[in-house]
Amino acid sequence: MSTLLEVSGLQMRFGGLLAVDGIEFHVDAGEVFAIIGPNGAGKTTVFNCVSGFYRPSAGRIDLDGQAIAGLPGHVIARRGVVRTFQNIRLFRSMTVVENLLVAQHAHLETNLLKGLFKVPSFRQAERRAMEQAAYWLDKVGLRAHANREAGNLSYGQQRRLEIARCMITEPKLLLLDEPAAGLNPHETHELDDLIRDLRKQHGVSVLLIEHDMSLVMAIADRILVMEHGRPIVTGVPAEVRADPRVIKAYLGEE
Amino acid sequence: MNEFLPQFLQQLINGLSLGSIYALIAIGYTMVYGIIGMINFAHGEVFMIGAYVGLVTLTAIGAAAGLPVWLLVVIAVLVSVLVTSAYGWAIERVAYRPLRGSPRLVPLISAIGMSIFLQNYVHLAQGSRDMPMPDLITGYLFQHEFANGFTVSMSNSRALIIFVAIALMVALTLYIGRSRMGRACRACSQDMGMANLLGIDTNRVISFTFVLGAALAAVGGVLIGLSVGKINPFIGFVVGVKAFTAAVLGGIGSIPGAMLGGALLGITETFASAYLPTEYKDVVAFSLLVLILLFRPTGLLGRPDVEKV
Repeated sequence: MSTLLEVSGLQMRFGGLLAVDGIEFHVDAGEVFAIIGPNGAGKTTVFNCVSGFYRPSAGRIDLDGQAIAGLPGHVIARRGVVRTFQNIRLFRSMTVVENLLVAQHAHLETNLLKGLFKVPSFRQAERRAMEQAAYWLDKVGLRAHANREAGNLSYGQQRRLEIARCMITEPKLLLLDEPAAGLNPHETHELDDLIRDLRKQHGVSVLLIEHDMSLVMAIADRILVMEHGRPIVTGVPAEVRADPRVIKAYLGEE
Repeated sequence: MNEFLPQFLQQLINGLSLGSIYALIAIGYTMVYGIIGMINFAHGEVFMIGAYVGLVTLTAIGAAAGLPVWLLVVIAVLVSVLVTSAYGWAIERVAYRPLRGSPRLVPLISAIGMSIFLQNYVHLAQGSRDMPMPDLITGYLFQHEFANGFTVSMSNSRALIIFVAIALMVALTLYIGRSRMGRACRACSQDMGMANLLGIDTNRVISFTFVLGAALAAVGGVLIGLSVGKINPFIGFVVGVKAFTAAVLGGIGSIPGAMLGGALLGITETFASAYLPTEYKDVVAFSLLVLILLFRPTGLLGRPDVEKV
């Protein structure tokens, strides 16, 4: 399997605070890779570096062998990395379908003149965008809610819409920041199915931060455990679960 | 029959045409605020530059006379829109983009600096005296004489202002509501960071709002110049403050709010100057602002700032 994302020596410093240091991992194509760790371990900071929210203080982040560390967010997005947030960040006062259309902005030509005169290529692209949106609405079960304001959806629906909005940009790597947070067990189960399906049907790699251990253990191929901004273990779920350092980090020492 | 009705109607017409101009300019304030949360205090000067570019264009083609009036007006407006849009774009590039991410006060001060710079730049280039605008649009769309001798009239220039402003606002509403760029604008105004992470080039969207705001202000500048018949480098300040007031009145960040606020402010001001001593018109206009802000701090159509979770 080929390596999609390669992170090495990643360091992020906020003034005097060393939030993240010495992070090394790689995500293979088609893999679900999870980062876990106690609160404040620096998981989200790693995400912010990978998705272009932060410019790392040191280290390399390569996507398909090309350095992406420190590039602006929209450039990284166009290279194929998109993310969700712990606190859902939908465009709340836009409709569900508009949320999906706006995410295709980068794929659509935004030539003002072509738009004004509605040349055939423009209309075709617009129709394709609608078809894509419809496809993803079906996929996440929101077809019936297409014209509702996104902010009025239930929490679980908003999560699924956020994932659909990421997927519609046709990413290579999907970053999910605590996707199960605030979901009930039933919704978590649906999420589990959805992530499996995305990988199988769309070949997307997933980098996941999650506290819900049942979800992580069920879907992750490999897991990185972080504590105090540093990596402690990387391995398959069975190894990680049995590792004494992980148990110590989560449960404390006797 | 008394004089009330004709005077009321006349003031309504005057107020609407003034309000249309305020609304056109207020849209520029409100869109920029909606996207990057700053008040572009140089926007009034952009309006003034729009008026000057129109004048210069008319003077330049004046030599090649013989063109029909409507064509002259169209050319003046188009040239002014193009040149003034370039100013709007450049202002953002030079004065605001380098300061992106700095504390809110910093771009605000830069905006005030830009406003002073532009005013003085036109002052130096064109002199400080009133410049006459050619009296192109003459005649009246209608004049109605009431039985008691009072007339109500709408001059063609006022009619043109109202008509163009309404047409532009309808077009803008459709564009923001339906087009890709409009969608991107709305997305950016809700969550710039997220829009960026979805692959939207937010810098382009920001530039676009400045260009659009400047274009609308340019149309307003040329039309009001033609209607009033003279311009000077200082018209931008007062009109800018009024349009800003209109934007706040309607709810800053809201495009329909800017339109409503503009119309309301224009009408209030005209009525105040008609029924009270003229000096009171600004007192009444700004009292209205204070009252609305006291009872509806987000303006008439503004959404209350939802606390982000």
